[in-house]
Amino acid sequence: MTVTRLSRRSLLKSGAAGLATAALPFGLSRPAMAQEALTLGVVYVGPRDDFGWNQAHAVAMEILKSVPNVTVIEEENVPETDACAKSMESMINLDGAKLVLGTSFGYFDPFMIDLATKYPDIQFRHAAPLWNKDKHPANLGGYFCYLNQAHYVDGVAAALSSASGKIGFVAAKPIPTVLSNINSVLLGARSVRPDATVQVIFTGEWSMPVREAEATNALVDAGCDVITCHVDGPKVVIETAEGRGVKTCGHNASQAPLAPKGFITGAEYKWETIYTMYADMLAKGEALPNVVVGGYHNDMVRNTPYGAGATPEAIAAADAAIEGLKAGKPIYVGPLKDNAGNVVIDKTYDNYDPFLDGMGYLLEGVIGSIT
Amino acid sequence: MSPDEILTVLIAMLGGAIRVSTPFMFVALGETITEKSGRINLGLEGNLVLGAMLAYAISYHTGQPWLGVLAAGGAGMFLGLLHGLICSLPRVNDIAVGIAMMSFGIGIAFFFGKPYIQPSAPRLEGLPLGTWSDNPALRQALEINPLFFVGIVVAIFLWWGLANTRTGLIVRMTGDSEASARALGVNPIRVRVLATVAGGFLAGVGGAFLSLSYPGSWNEGLSSGQGLMAVALVIFARWNPLRCIAAALLFGAAGAIGPALQSVGISQGYYFFNAAPYILTLFIMIASARSGAASQAAPGELSIVK
Repeated sequence: MTVTRLSRRSLLKSGAAGLATAALPFGLSRPAMAQEALTLGVVYVGPRDDFGWNQAHAVAMEILKSVPNVTVIEEENVPETDACAKSMESMINLDGAKLVLGTSFGYFDPFMIDLATKYPDIQFRHAAPLWNKDKHPANLGGYFCYLNQAHYVDGVAAALSSASGKIGFVAAKPIPTVLSNINSVLLGARSVRPDATVQVIFTGEWSMPVREAEATNALVDAGCDVITCHVDGPKVVIETAEGRGVKTCGHNASQAPLAPKGFITGAEYKWETIYTMYADMLAKGEALPNVVVGGYHNDMVRNTPYGAGATPEAIAAADAAIEGLKAGKPIYVGPLKDNAGNVVIDKTYDNYDPFLDGMGYLLEGVIGSIT
Repeated sequence: MSPDEILTVLIAMLGGAIRVSTPFMFVALGETITEKSGRINLGLEGNLVLGAMLAYAISYHTGQPWLGVLAAGGAGMFLGLLHGLICSLPRVNDIAVGIAMMSFGIGIAFFFGKPYIQPSAPRLEGLPLGTWSDNPALRQALEINPLFFVGIVVAIFLWWGLANTRTGLIVRMTGDSEASARALGVNPIRVRVLATVAGGFLAGVGGAFLSLSYPGSWNEGLSSGQGLMAVALVIFARWNPLRCIAAALLFGAAGAIGPALQSVGISQGYYFFNAAPYILTLFIMIASARSGAASQAAPGELSIVK
């Protein structure tokens, strides 16, 4: 560690011009360390314990920390500005990170692209499918889990746990990922209960607790007796719904402890599958794949263990749906109409078909509008 | 829209007005006291967030939500005292200090609030005033937190007290003319520091409502600028505590329009409806700034008026 500290100090002392010389002792000290330890940097856009997107990544990182010889450097609440480039650069220069993970959409362009060009020996991976081999550096890449598969399972369990068949969905913004989750909940629900509906309220913001609580109340007032959501931190939605005495399905991370009475199940990322794979490959000296995507078939999403709100038939049907997804059973079985009556999905698509990535509609059965 | 749907939206707006307005009301009342004494404290957003965090933490550790409310008030008093003392130094701008205090309050709240994002703390129970109705939405709307009534009582007391008590007169005089206050032997600095402390207390209590009642949990995005908007409310309430109630209720109702309209199927243009509170603020600001009455009601010693 003394060596690291010395080089850290010399790095700080030297101005921009002296960077090259300061890197010299760094380079010498590294090979000895690299045998023993792999350092991995990760940058979060929000707090690590938001019961949502950031927590899902942080939970995976905790698992990675227990792997011998892996050091994890984390920084949270880093905005999608120049600040993320600075955080990542300090992880590379001061902490010796060999792999840098950016977990927020806006980190990619231009910050991670520029850094990847500047540090060709460091690997960069970004948590969205944005990387393009023709346009972007080869030491950059992306990884993504198709959470909509777990939302489909939510829909199955929700429809069979609901009395009214009306599912409420508090959504942040009408972007394809969110729309795909809403549509998957509907298709899951309709697969076991053809009269089920999903009513959606958009809050317009990723995190807006007061409006999320208002939206939840409005959905319950409109007759929905299962509430689910896609916002950054689902804590407020789940707690408000539990307070109103309706059932809930979670999103991103486990919210089961928040709703001891009404929790059914929830859609969760399983980032640790990807992260431990990265760590293994780097330890063996293998080249990392540029793009990793997946869902149920390769263990990259999961559903939260069933809570008190799930009925026995819901559990049975949801378990069957999970087995189906693992075997590659398609969610989008065409032709399907949007809720204005136009045919938007002409045929049956595979769950990973790029056609579905650009989704800009709500399917028939969803009450709501994206504009 | 069918009559049923109109009723749903109206009930949602009523419920929203009651649920969402309380923090606005407390911050606006606190700011009214401070501004009446001739100072502006823009830092109340910091009091709100720190109060929310501390209330949640104390409620979690002791199991007593009302103790949390008091602690939140105490934290607000501390920030108010700091603002009051710093602004009493020569040539210090109260607006700049307020912005610094806002960052300070939010910063320490986030720093110490980390361990409290995950756990669930006991919340303040609402009073079920709607049990006579068999409409569940109305019953929910009428489940009113006691702090809402405390806010109204405080507002009425302030309205009466500022006009009819000696203390109220001293506060108003210090705010309108420092020279007259000095001539009567009143120490304006002391009055202003105390007024800022009292204002800080109320803003802290407003924060406790956010974390312990509605939406009723602590996280870092909890306030979304409500403390700042409440300071603006004071201006269009023309420094009148009773108008502060009305303004806060109006704001709460406007905030409920977006989700309520989507819930009855009017889902086109939700960005516009979600912006309703802000559009409303703009219009009321324009209307009130155009009238001569607003400039007359402003305390004469405010740094923005002078």
